[in-house]
Amino acid sequence: MQNTISQPQLQAGANVPRGVSRARIVGIIGVVVAALLISAVVLRVDATKFSTLNIPQPGAPPNQPLARIPLPTVATVIVLQGLLGLVGLYIALRQRMQWITLYVSTMIGLAFFTILLWAVAGSSVDLVDVLARVVRLATPITLGALAGLICERSGVVNIAIEGTMLFGACIGFIVAMVSGSTTLGVLAAMLTGSLVSALHAVLSVNFKVDQIISGTVINLLAVGVTGYLRGSFIIGYEQRNGADITAQALPVLRIPGLSQIPVLGPIFFSHQPITYIMLILVFAINLLLFRTVWGLRTRAIGEHPKAADTVGIQVNRMRFWNVVASGLISGLAGAWFSLESTFRFDDVMTNGRGFIALAAMIFGKWTPLGAFGGALLFSSADALQIKIQGFNFGLPRQFLQMLPYLVTLVVLAGIIGRARPPAAVGQPYEKG
Amino acid sequence: MQQQPTLEVREITKRFPGVLANDHISFTLMQGEIHAFLGENGAGKSTLMNILYGLYAPDEGEILINGQPVTIRNSADAIARGIGMVHQEFALVDTLTVAENIMLGTEITSGPLVDERRANERIAQLSQEYGLQVPPDALVQDLPVGVQQRVEILKALYRNAEMLILDEPTAVLTPQEAEDLFRVMRSLVERGKSIIFISHKLKEVLRIADRITVLRRGKVVGSANPRESTEQTLASMMVGRDVVLTVDKDAAQPGQAVLEVRDLVVLDDRHQVAVDGVSLDVRAGEVLGIAGVQGNGQTELVEAINGLRPVINGMVCIVGQNTSTAAPRAINELGVAYIPEDRKGTGLVLAYPIADNLVLSTYYRSPFAKGMRILANTIEEQARKLVKEFDIRTPSIWTSAGALSGGNQQKIIVAREFSRQIKLLVASQPTRGIDVGSIEFIHRSIIEQRDEGVAVLLVSAELDEVLALSDRIAVMYKGRILAVLPRAEASRDRLGLLMAGITEEPTHGRPA
Amino acid sequence: MAVQLDAPLAPQRRSFATAFLRGALVPLLAILTALLVGAIIIWFSAPADRGTRFEVVVAAYRGLFLGAFGGRQAIANTLVEATPYILAGLAVAVAFKCGLFNIGAEGQLFLGALAAATVGASQLGLPAIIHLPLALLAGALAGGIWAAIPGYLRARTGAHEVITTIMLNYIAFRLLDYLVTGPLKDPGASALRTPFVASAAQLPRFIGPLEDPGLTGGQTYRPLIVTADPEWNLRLHLGFAIAILAVWGIWWLLNRTTTGFEIRTVGANPEAARYAGMSITKNFVVAMALSGALAGLAGSGQVLGVEHNVKSLFSSGYGFDSIAIALLAKSNPIAIIPAAVFWGALNNGRGLMQAQTGISIELIRIVQALTIMFVAADQIVRWIYRIRRPIGDQVVFSRGWGK
Repeated sequence: MQNTISQPQLQAGANVPRGVSRARIVGIIGVVVAALLISAVVLRVDATKFSTLNIPQPGAPPNQPLARIPLPTVATVIVLQGLLGLVGLYIALRQRMQWITLYVSTMIGLAFFTILLWAVAGSSVDLVDVLARVVRLATPITLGALAGLICERSGVVNIAIEGTMLFGACIGFIVAMVSGSTTLGVLAAMLTGSLVSALHAVLSVNFKVDQIISGTVINLLAVGVTGYLRGSFIIGYEQRNGADITAQALPVLRIPGLSQIPVLGPIFFSHQPITYIMLILVFAINLLLFRTVWGLRTRAIGEHPKAADTVGIQVNRMRFWNVVASGLISGLAGAWFSLESTFRFDDVMTNGRGFIALAAMIFGKWTPLGAFGGALLFSSADALQIKIQGFNFGLPRQFLQMLPYLVTLVVLAGIIGRARPPAAVGQPYEKG
Repeated sequence: MQQQPTLEVREITKRFPGVLANDHISFTLMQGEIHAFLGENGAGKSTLMNILYGLYAPDEGEILINGQPVTIRNSADAIARGIGMVHQEFALVDTLTVAENIMLGTEITSGPLVDERRANERIAQLSQEYGLQVPPDALVQDLPVGVQQRVEILKALYRNAEMLILDEPTAVLTPQEAEDLFRVMRSLVERGKSIIFISHKLKEVLRIADRITVLRRGKVVGSANPRESTEQTLASMMVGRDVVLTVDKDAAQPGQAVLEVRDLVVLDDRHQVAVDGVSLDVRAGEVLGIAGVQGNGQTELVEAINGLRPVINGMVCIVGQNTSTAAPRAINELGVAYIPEDRKGTGLVLAYPIADNLVLSTYYRSPFAKGMRILANTIEEQARKLVKEFDIRTPSIWTSAGALSGGNQQKIIVAREFSRQIKLLVASQPTRGIDVGSIEFIHRSIIEQRDEGVAVLLVSAELDEVLALSDRIAVMYKGRILAVLPRAEASRDRLGLLMAGITEEPTHGRPA
Repeated sequence: MAVQLDAPLAPQRRSFATAFLRGALVPLLAILTALLVGAIIIWFSAPADRGTRFEVVVAAYRGLFLGAFGGRQAIANTLVEATPYILAGLAVAVAFKCGLFNIGAEGQLFLGALAAATVGASQLGLPAIIHLPLALLAGALAGGIWAAIPGYLRARTGAHEVITTIMLNYIAFRLLDYLVTGPLKDPGASALRTPFVASAAQLPRFIGPLEDPGLTGGQTYRPLIVTADPEWNLRLHLGFAIAILAVWGIWWLLNRTTTGFEIRTVGANPEAARYAGMSITKNFVVAMALSGALAGLAGSGQVLGVEHNVKSLFSSGYGFDSIAIALLAKSNPIAIIPAAVFWGALNNGRGLMQAQTGISIELIRIVQALTIMFVAADQIVRWIYRIRRPIGDQVVFSRGWGK
């Protein structure tokens, strides 16, 4: 007797949409955000006011900009957020899963832009400066994300990025301060980073300590040791030798020619050295990871270490050195805090950027370019809150300061279900 | 072709804490032969092969390749000496392409970059030579199991393997895919390669092998010539006594349907349709067996029935109640017992003592709890009773479950599930990887439940188990039930064809 | 890392002493090793004018010990230091039991402190028997709700609690800063702080003189036993008893109730728990809420028993120290007490150590950090002292970031 199931049922089953509720939730959130922002702006801003965006001419004084774009604040917000809301409605109704990542990024980006317009209503803002700041502030986050990505692609969770950065910032600063050479300080920060990462590697790869625990231990050590060094050495040294400290923050290097290009010049080619290195590393690591033997093997040991082992790749040795190498990058990110953005070392000055970097890595689905995108998203929250603190704006400063963390939280909760980490991440590899 | 030994193994011994895994094993592998190793789970086959492949170091004994004594320290050594291995669980990186997987570790480069074009050419050439067609640019995760296995074999050939070790290669294949594999194996030995073929399936070994070595409890208990052996003689050699390949049972007395599944659609972890419009009934007092190659939706079907996986479409009814959206606990309380396929991952908490594992799904209700307070003494009594009743071999009821053998672990689950009044038993791979004694015990227990009027849904990748226990047999292929046959009409051959997706009515066109 | 998967449901017939020794051996060796490394640091950084290096090392640790336990006052102060550590350590331990890593105890503690301070400072005219529990409850609730968010997110979206709790910490700090400098600021004070809590909402000291109202917000914080004897002017307050009670309560909950069994099972093997009909979401939320409530209680205790108001500050170190204590105690609720007392002793004794030897008190932070490292990475201690690891005593946190 033959009970073959008939064909139409196959068709019915094959068209099942995936992740039904997530698309709906994201779409609805988009609509709500749009509605909130529109009503806030309509209620709080005089409809006759304009928000002026200035595009400066590189090299020219700020009062002779390349362009001044006056936008009617309320109308612009209504149009932009209205469009966003409509797209959100469409996503919610048609459940377009594949649009979610793009939509969430756009939603956040536009929300920032709206807040910027709101803040400068009746005034003007240098838009290029804001964007250049976004790139600059993305530096430590991107570097941290790249370091995290190298570790995780190799199968090692590294939540010690934060602590590694802090160590790098502290030691780098001390070396620069004492030696008088900021470059030497940067190199010291990188070396410190790799040593701290080596500790994480020893603990998690060799001793097989749970990687989250090992990372936490390093974060704790970092707070303790750098606090000790600052309290018992840095402050005293600064007081004793205040006048003799010749080193200063890394200089801005305007790339001849390129930095003169309007808009793009200031955004990409008028930065300090670590920011340039960050931009280069994004592409370099992308190439390394996806085109070279090292990259192929790294992806293999993070995904299926046993498979790599059986073809003669020494999994734990490679993991160890990859984690150590990632420390060079985390250390460089640390140097950004104490040697590039300012010339100073403060207690816990990394302020959670190491964790935000991991969120950027997840957002970017463990690819360098994606991680850079994620970092830009988070740094724009930072840039925004710094920029609009100067304007007389309704929200208390503390709420603006929350923005990067809030965005991280929302993005993590919203996007993560779609991202698939390397399969073996977090699991120590043992032969046999 | 003049045969000469390409590999000689002399007196290999390997001890693990408490176990003598290999006990002075010797054998030779001739060039151009298929040498089968037959043995039960735990007979020492895998240990032996892992020694040959350099994953374990032997405690005693020596290995000679082409007459020269060699030391194989790691898999790189093994590869360098021309040994290739295809593991039971493929050593393939899902997210890499076929070409990347094949060359991993021995990459073809141009400058610092991987040269994919030249790699593809080399792979195409190998494919041609041995009749192993693979798409070099496809991601491994998108390929069917049979093709993935070809990639594994190509991986070994790419590294110039002269000897291939195939560890249980047919476990994940349909009978037809297995035929394909046998054809490839033949073409390999014709070109002078040698093959070690590991299996516990008697029929296959008799068909394909040139020589058979039987292992039991770490020792070589004999060799056989396939032309002079039968399944019975091999089987008794393998287990050390005449085995009963069938389970004694009376004819079923089926009653009312306890489990009704209608047009069920369920997704897998990757959000792909895994169960695609399944309908079936299981009646009180009968065993419905689901046969099929692993990964055809059986896992997802069983999880959906137990409320562990959302029902996308269709419905599940248990004792007349629609349980499509019910929580696992509500389903459990309807009298559903569940033996999950992964006893270590989902059936037990290995770190917990046996006593706690025995109440893992009943801890919250009388007599084990009162309000939110747990009654330790009744749990202890229950544990002592069940350990005796189900013959769980353990030093104490406080021993952690992780310290027991697979068979005894499985008995904890069976004891837990059978210790209450049940109406439906869902048993998924109930005897995978456990010793013969425990298998017999569990089979008997399942039939006892059936005879008491419990409806049993049995899912097993072992066709023999399905045939031995079931009153009716459904064959699952690509998420669909292709046929439900009464036991009497279910011949091995017919089931084999169905498991490969070949129905006797090709009216719907050829299945993909 | 070893989180002991504690006693089975039914009592196990094994001598208490063996069990204790087995569990405590590695943490004790870790402490010993950290103190030895600390001694080496003292050896090399010993000031020249305090005798030989060896004498300095001995004097430093002698000072540390006497500062912590030398006399009634010292012991009382050590226990006062230990009180928030007991509760916060317990908070982290409860989450550990459920397989969750609550790095955000600090934020939960701050919000708990703020809620307790707000309720405590309200002029409700209630008697102490109602006002004090109300203030404590407010603190526990605030911490619990704050911690339940990452629990829920972890269960439903897979967002790893290690990142979300840290983000919530930063958000909590900013929120605290805003509230303490803005809406909740004591209008009558020049300092950025909340008003003093009412005397009906304080956690009274066990014994001591009546406090001088001039030093507070005008209230009299009356101890349980009033004495004029300066020898008996002890800072130890009722919060310590509450902490001990909480330890017992959590031990009972985890080991003797169905809720605890579920939390531990989800922690030990979430898939097996799900297959056995337990809800992972529910248990994640319950465990995190419980954890946050304990952290909130720790903050409330500090406000109602020691500080009597909340100032704007960004880091107290409690969050990280609580992780250390939970690790040191291997998440065993009872063992939290000695671990927290040890921690409190280090903090309390270091002042005398510095006074007597000139060794910077920051050294203790390094010893603490090393202790954490050796306890967390107990593989190192096992390796140094050649101790075997028992079967199945590990809880895994590294489950990747996704679901």
